[in-house]
Amino acid sequence: MTANAVLQLGLYLGLLLVLGWPLGLLISRVMAGAPPVWLRFLRPLERGFYRLAGVQPAEEQGWRNYALGLLLFNFIGAVALYGLQRLQGALPLNPQGFGGVSPDSAFNTAISFVSNTNWQGYSGESTMSYLTQMLGLSVQNFLSAATGIVVAIALIRGFARKTANTIGNVWADLTRITLYILLPIALVIALLLVSQGVLQNFRPYQEASTVEAVSFQQAKLDAAGQPMKDEQGQTVMETVTTQTQTLPMGPVASQEAIKLLGTNGGGFFNANSAHPYENPTPLSNLIEMLAIFLIPAALCFTFGSMVGDRRQGWAILAAMTVLFVLAYGVLVSAETAGNPAFAKLGLDSVANLEGKEARFGIVASSLFATITTAASCGAVNAMHDSLTPLGGMVPTLLMQLGEVVFGGVGSGLYGMLVFAILAVFIAGLMVGRTPEYLGKKIETFEMKMTALVILVTPLLVLLGTALAVSVASGRAGIFNPGAHGFSEVLYALSSATNNNGSAFAGLSANTPFYNVLLGLAMWFGRFAIIVPVLAMAGALAAKNRLPVNAGTLPTHGPLFVTLLVGAVLLVGMLNYIPALALGPIVEHLQMLGH
Amino acid sequence: MTSKKLSLLDPALVKPAVIESFRKLSPQVQWRNPVMFVVYAGAILTTLLLGQALFGKGEAPGGFIAAITLWLWFTVLFANFAEALAEGRSKAQAASLRSNKKNVLAKKLKIATHASGYEVTDSASLRKGDAILVQAGDVIPADGEVLEGVASVDESAITGESAPVIREAGGDFSAVTGGTRVLSDWIVVRVTANPGEAFLDRMIAMVEGAKRQKTPNEIALTILLVALTIVFLVVTVTLLPFSQFSVLAAGSGEPVSLTVLVSLLVCLIPTTIGGLLSAIGVAGMSRMLGANVIATSGRAVEAAGDVDVLLLDKTGTITLGNRQAVRFIPAPGVTEADLADVAQLASLSDETPEGRSVVVLAKQQFNLRERQLLSHEVEFIPFSAHTRMSGVNYDNRQIRKGATDAIRKHVAAQGGHFPEEVARQADEVARRGATPLLVCENARVMGVIELKDIVKGGIKERFAELREMGIKTVMITGDNPLTAAAIAAEAGVDDFLSEATPEAKLALIRQNQSEGKLVAMTGDGTNDAPALAQADVAVAMNTGTQAAKEAGNMVDLDSNPTKLIEIVEIGKQMLMTRGSLTTFSVANDVAKYFAIIPAAFALTYPQLNALNVMGLNSPASAILSAVIFNALIIVFLIPLALRGVSYKAQGAAQLLRNNLLIYGLGGLIVPFAGIKLIDMLLGLTGLV
Repeated sequence: MTANAVLQLGLYLGLLLVLGWPLGLLISRVMAGAPPVWLRFLRPLERGFYRLAGVQPAEEQGWRNYALGLLLFNFIGAVALYGLQRLQGALPLNPQGFGGVSPDSAFNTAISFVSNTNWQGYSGESTMSYLTQMLGLSVQNFLSAATGIVVAIALIRGFARKTANTIGNVWADLTRITLYILLPIALVIALLLVSQGVLQNFRPYQEASTVEAVSFQQAKLDAAGQPMKDEQGQTVMETVTTQTQTLPMGPVASQEAIKLLGTNGGGFFNANSAHPYENPTPLSNLIEMLAIFLIPAALCFTFGSMVGDRRQGWAILAAMTVLFVLAYGVLVSAETAGNPAFAKLGLDSVANLEGKEARFGIVASSLFATITTAASCGAVNAMHDSLTPLGGMVPTLLMQLGEVVFGGVGSGLYGMLVFAILAVFIAGLMVGRTPEYLGKKIETFEMKMTALVILVTPLLVLLGTALAVSVASGRAGIFNPGAHGFSEVLYALSSATNNNGSAFAGLSANTPFYNVLLGLAMWFGRFAIIVPVLAMAGALAAKNRLPVNAGTLPTHGPLFVTLLVGAVLLVGMLNYIPALALGPIVEHLQMLGH
Repeated sequence: MTSKKLSLLDPALVKPAVIESFRKLSPQVQWRNPVMFVVYAGAILTTLLLGQALFGKGEAPGGFIAAITLWLWFTVLFANFAEALAEGRSKAQAASLRSNKKNVLAKKLKIATHASGYEVTDSASLRKGDAILVQAGDVIPADGEVLEGVASVDESAITGESAPVIREAGGDFSAVTGGTRVLSDWIVVRVTANPGEAFLDRMIAMVEGAKRQKTPNEIALTILLVALTIVFLVVTVTLLPFSQFSVLAAGSGEPVSLTVLVSLLVCLIPTTIGGLLSAIGVAGMSRMLGANVIATSGRAVEAAGDVDVLLLDKTGTITLGNRQAVRFIPAPGVTEADLADVAQLASLSDETPEGRSVVVLAKQQFNLRERQLLSHEVEFIPFSAHTRMSGVNYDNRQIRKGATDAIRKHVAAQGGHFPEEVARQADEVARRGATPLLVCENARVMGVIELKDIVKGGIKERFAELREMGIKTVMITGDNPLTAAAIAAEAGVDDFLSEATPEAKLALIRQNQSEGKLVAMTGDGTNDAPALAQADVAVAMNTGTQAAKEAGNMVDLDSNPTKLIEIVEIGKQMLMTRGSLTTFSVANDVAKYFAIIPAAFALTYPQLNALNVMGLNSPASAILSAVIFNALIIVFLIPLALRGVSYKAQGAAQLLRNNLLIYGLGGLIVPFAGIKLIDMLLGLTGLV
């Protein structure tokens, strides 16, 4: 790594720690129903919501009712978002006059935003009205983030409580995290972004005249908006020359803030955070990167504080940080080393600048790419498809590890805690005791749930990829030949199932086949994990908490961190090495061989 | 027991195990082990592919499929062998127990008193509640309770201890076990178990594994192994379409063959631990038996590893059974040597351990030889409950020793003076946790002998080890708090319960359990039964009552209370073996990927050969080497599975670090070397 790369990383991690620590403690107070004095002015609002919904916040629920409430909440959210997209043509705040979104795309997008994935088969500026963006997508950005966080909180309560029947009240939890944490912080971030030049208006799109005429090639679209293919199955390209440019407008900053803070990642515009109206300056870039990891990092401190042992939170944070730094190191090194083929072309530098914004450069782009895929955010400020093969493998693998390296808000922590249980289960036996974590015995039921959690994503990713490369409608979307085409499909399935939402371009995914396949992958990748996690929370809460003694496996300190990092890497790599070998690894070897 | 002498791979055990491993090829047996069932199914599949290759066009060279198929079957057989060997060892132990259980003649009484007449019947016809007479030389025909009489009984058949034990009606020594032999006298016994339900029967059933159920942790681990197996099944199954697509994309090579996919699958799934898991469980029970402890369930063995608190009886566990004289404290005006001399005289005829220790102490400190007193000159006064003194009359000297009160009364009766200094000394001794024994000659008080509980040698170090392991020790004693505290401090236990009653013991266990701790204890008396039933690991002494044995979940045949520590270690060892082999098994997969992935796709993407870091000869040789390694490692680890990984009393962090290094890092490295070696050998023999 270059000095610049190390410096940017150090600055980033330092700021993250300073911001994350107090936020983590704040979250644990808010979720206990005791917000600090300076947030109490929101209390009447909170009580108002409860009265409106007829909720008794003090009435706690067992895991079954908690999970049922959460599923219902998200299902209704998905149906509402689907309806809004389909009907947007008849609704206000639609200056461009966009019609209703196609059924399969609306289905995909609804699940995508509800599941905190924000996979975007559509292009925002040419599909969605301002109303859909604000009332549909932005609202789900908040609610899906809240969903992830409350599941993590419920699991922490499972560890913290002794012989309890309940894990919290789902409605109170959702209200509190949204009202006291997500909304205020999103407001601050939005204002900061506006100060950097991010848009916030309701104006129609502007036409601007360019200084010189621009010619470019683009895929020719048919009536359905799909790329047309010739007889050989190749995409038909057409050359366009123009001297005017349409500048899209809209309420960007308000959506941008929660897009990052809630690790959602769905851009207002198709170019996402590479777009100058979403991410104009290096400072806005730093703010956006910090916003992505802010809550995932803070939740580690919440965890330590709620289980009554801060060291436990530090250990989880340390394991995440180690994995993150490793990933960043590989990615930035691969991009800096670039492509040896460039040297043959007589270029000054072999470093890989393709697909990166000049205002960010290689280091900030690599850092952003690592952060956005380590967290299940999926916002991008560079084209991941244009990364070097190894550089592109890092985001793929980070997602495939299960989005536990900081991960999504809440989902990163509960995913990592499941890995901790797995690591403790095997390693705990090695110290001659039946396994326990934080004083809770890990028994048959917990192992069943852990098994489900670690089974679901590889099954969906691998079977989904296998299906996509086997059937004609799946192969049709692949633009790139060879191993890279395989990488693109693998990336799409990994991204959707692990609720990341970023994409390798080069895969035409806005087709009924991919919209449905990825929609299902996102739904089950999200909720087929949330339900067992909540079940585990319920089972753990019901157990007594065992005292710690010298014979107990210590779950803090470097040894445990190493163990946890090893478990995450080993499970992830064992699942995906064969698939990666046929994609990025062979691409890399081919690149070196040329 | 004879089985202890069987070495790990005794030919007498290996031969039947080999036969048994073929018998276990039946699908019903295989189905019970999901991981090995996948290997079994894979072996059947490649056998069919081999048939296709022999009688038509195969998907891969016939020789390659044949070699893979052969080694897949070996993998299944090796796992069967491991299980059969463990079971064989247990069966051998059971057989030696069974040899004690023969049909014998029983003298069945008409009414339950020895004076009534008896009829001779067969032991198999005895039922619960029958009364029988057992005389010297008879084998006790059934488990029972002594109603009448006292007899010495040889219980070596089940305990291995040759010294006979006394069995008598009433009290804690009233239980007799079928199969043991009365050496002298007679007893009337009421039968307490029907045939087939006796203690010995249950022991045999346990040991044979007929009733062996998976323990909770074993079930949880199996779930994890099944989950891993499913993941790897999907990983390999999806490789077929991936490879078909890659062939299409690269425009060269052939899709991967089914034989290679089955090989990859078998190498990846955790066959090492899957094949050895049940052997580890059986071996754990078997090791308990090797320590002469019968566990009534595998669950109890597992719980032993988790114990947080050990309740230990003072007498016999922490201290030697008897108190010993450690000091002579003379009265004013008496020399220590005079006191020693008198004390020795008083104790010459005292055959109690305390008495012998006085004689020994006098000899050690003042070189006073044991004197042969002519019997007509002396009159020995034995201890009586009435006077609470013992002593000797010799040359007109009346020498007595006894408790403070008794001597005070005796001296006063003789018209002597009882010096207050001596009373003070006696109190002082009591405060130190020892027992004062006063000595007087005629009316003169000579001084105090200090009798002390002797803490067993090395016990303090054992307790320190236990503390290191995170186990708290609690001493249970009937002594007063003062004495108990002194002994507890000397022995180094963490805590003590003085003036212990059965109720107090039970309350202590419940209190610890409510804090989430697991409690282990030993007990023998009927009044221990409630506490034994409450404790998580309850070891009943074999010399104990039937009630105690029923309440406990383990029986110690040696009746050695210190055994508890050993039991905890065996429990921990079993869990550690399971964890270590799981870690090893999973870590192995990394090397196997490096062997198989480049080989499997060599034709489509020759560049992947860069991953062939081991420099294996050819794709076929690489895959076969990985499969062979995977099979052989099971055989190599059988001794470890049966013997258990070595356990040292250490903190959890230290243990984890060591085992992670050995089995985690070792598991990563060993297969690289192993696969390379096998590949070289295959190259040398020219087989591939």
